[in-house]
Amino acid sequence: MFSDLFNETIWSLMGNKVRSGLTILGIVISIASVITMVSIGQGAQKSIEDRIQSIGSNLIMISPGAQKSGILMGGQGGAQTLTVSDVEAIQNEAQGISGVAPEVSNRYQITAKENNTNTRVVGTSSDYAEVRNIEIDLGTFLSDQHAKKSSKVAVIGPTTRNDLFGEGIDPLGKVIKINNVDFEVIGLTVSKGGSGFNNADDVIYIPLNTFGHFLSNSEYVSSINVVAESQDTMFLAQEQITEILRRHKIEDPTKANFSITNQTDIISTASDITGTMTLLLSSIAGISLLVGGIGIMNMMLTTVTERTREIGLRKAVGIKKAYINLQFLTEAVMLTFIGGAMGVFLGWIASLIIPKFSESLSTEISLSSIFLAFGVSAGVGVVFGFYPARRAANLSPIEALRYE
Amino acid sequence: MISCKNLTKIYRNGEVETIALNNVSFEIAKDEFVSIIGPSGSGKSTLMHILGALDNPTSGEYFLDNREVSKLNDDELSELRKNKIGFVFQSFNLLPRTTVLRNVMLPLLYTKTTSQERLLRAKECLRYAGMEENKFQNLSNQLSGGQMQRVAIARALINNPSIILADEPTGNLDTKTSRIVMEALQELNKKGHTIILITHEIDVANYANRIIHVRDGKIEKDTRK
Repeated sequence: MFSDLFNETIWSLMGNKVRSGLTILGIVISIASVITMVSIGQGAQKSIEDRIQSIGSNLIMISPGAQKSGILMGGQGGAQTLTVSDVEAIQNEAQGISGVAPEVSNRYQITAKENNTNTRVVGTSSDYAEVRNIEIDLGTFLSDQHAKKSSKVAVIGPTTRNDLFGEGIDPLGKVIKINNVDFEVIGLTVSKGGSGFNNADDVIYIPLNTFGHFLSNSEYVSSINVVAESQDTMFLAQEQITEILRRHKIEDPTKANFSITNQTDIISTASDITGTMTLLLSSIAGISLLVGGIGIMNMMLTTVTERTREIGLRKAVGIKKAYINLQFLTEAVMLTFIGGAMGVFLGWIASLIIPKFSESLSTEISLSSIFLAFGVSAGVGVVFGFYPARRAANLSPIEALRYE
Repeated sequence: MISCKNLTKIYRNGEVETIALNNVSFEIAKDEFVSIIGPSGSGKSTLMHILGALDNPTSGEYFLDNREVSKLNDDELSELRKNKIGFVFQSFNLLPRTTVLRNVMLPLLYTKTTSQERLLRAKECLRYAGMEENKFQNLSNQLSGGQMQRVAIARALINNPSIILADEPTGNLDTKTSRIVMEALQELNKKGHTIILITHEIDVANYANRIIHVRDGKIEKDTRK
C-alpha cells in the first residue's frame, strides 16, 4: 500500500515536470529570499554592534558643559572648562582606572615636501591608543616620554599618509609641517575604514602638551576619555572623577559644568538601535514570507483544481477517499520539502556569496530564520495542497468528473 | 442481478426542483446486454449514475447482487464500484501523460495484488479489448480515439466486474471506430459480462439484446430482441 502511494506520488510529480518545477521554484525563491534577507540584516546588526564595541570598553567620557554667557546657553561641550591640569588630577588621584586619554583637536593645513592637505590634528596621551582601539601598522604610538617633553612627533593615519607621501610609502622619520611647525612622523596607524569628516584614517595624533604649546596656545582639552579597570570599578571611578572635577571647578555642585557619560549609556543606545533593526528585519521577513506563502498557495490551488477530474476518475474506479487524500498530502509534503531543502541550500549559498561582491555588506545566517521560512512555506504548501484535494475528494465522482 | 424498485431522483437547485427519475422499476439479469436510450434530459444519465453507484436515489431501492446499494456510505460505494462495476466513459477519462498499462492498472491501486499480477492482468485485459501489443507503453495522449476507448474498456475489465457500464462510449468516435468499439462490447457480452449501455443513438442501441427507452424520467418502452 505504501509502495503504491509512493509510486503514485513520484509518477504524478514526474508526469508533470513543468507544474512540479514551478511549484518547487516558488517555494525555493520564497525560502531563499527570506533566509538571505534575514542574514544580510543580521550581518548589518552584528557590524553595528562590532563598531560600537570598537569604540572601546569600560569607557568613561568626560565632556565640558555648556558655555554660559548671561542667560544664553551654548551647546553641550561648547565650553572650555576642562584643562590639562584636570587630566593630570584624574591621572594621579582617581582609583580603579587604567588609562586616561584627553583629546583636543582642530583642523590644520599640513605640508610635507611637495604635498599638502587639510586634516584633523588630535592632541592626546599615550593611553589613547588603548582607549580608542587604535592599532599601529608601522613605528610606535605616542609615549609618555613624548608627552612630558612636549616632543614634536606625530602618528598619522593611512589616508593622511597617502595624501602627503603617496600610497605604500614608509613615512617613518619624515618631516611634516603642521601650522608651520616641524613634526617627525613616528608611527602609522592600521586602517579602520570609514569616511567623511571624522574619518579615523585621515588624522594626525600628536602629544597633548605639544598641541597646547605649539598649536592652540591654550590649556583646554575638548574631552577626556577614561578607561576603568573593569566593569565593576566603572561606577567607583566615575564617582571619583566627579569629585575631583568638582573640587577643581565649581562651588555649587548642582551646577556642574561638565558631563560624564559611560559605556553603559552607549550600550543602551546601541540596544535601542538593534531593537529597531530587529523589528525592521522581522517585518521584511514577515512580508516576504507572506508574499512567498501566497505564491505557494496559488500554485497549489491551481494544481489541485486542475486535477479535480483526475480525482473524480480515481473515485469512480473505486479508490477510497482516504487514499486520494493521502496521495495529495504526500505530493504536497514532497514538493514543499524538496523545494524547502533547495531553498535553504540556495539561501545559505547566497548568504555566503553576497559579502564577496560587496565589502560593505556582511551576512550572518540565522537558524531561526531557516526554521521559520521552511516551516511557514511547508505549512502553507501542505495546507493548500491538501485542503482543496480533500474538498475535491468529498465531491461525488460525477461532479468531479464534470468539473471544468 | 440488478433490481430497481420505484427509483426516484429529484435535483434541487435553489427553489427549482427537477424530477430526473420518476418511479422507475426494472430488472436486469446476468449476461444481458441492455441499452438505455433516450433524448438528452430524459434521465438516462441519472439512471446510469445510480446504477453505477456513483450517486444515490432520492427514494426507491436498488439491489445489486442482492445488496441494497442506496443505503451505502461513500467508502462502501467506492468498494462496490471497485469490485462490481467497470465504467466506460464518453470522454474516455484516461490519466493524461500516463502509459496505457498504468492507466489500465489504476483500479488495482491500494489492493493486495503484486505488481507482477497487476501487469499480467492489465496486459490480458488490453489484449481482450483488442489493443495492439506495441502500444502498451505509449502515453495516453498519443493514442487515437478508438485506441483510448479500448484502453478504457480494458480498465473497466481489470477488476473482473459483474457489470460494465458504458456511458455514450461512441459519442466522441467516428462511425468506423464506433463499430469496432461496439463489437468489442458485444464480444464481452458473449463472454459472459453484463453490459449496460447508455446512448441517444438508436444505431448504437441496436447492438444490445434489450432496449429500454427512457423519456421524462420514466420508462417508455422495454423491448427485447
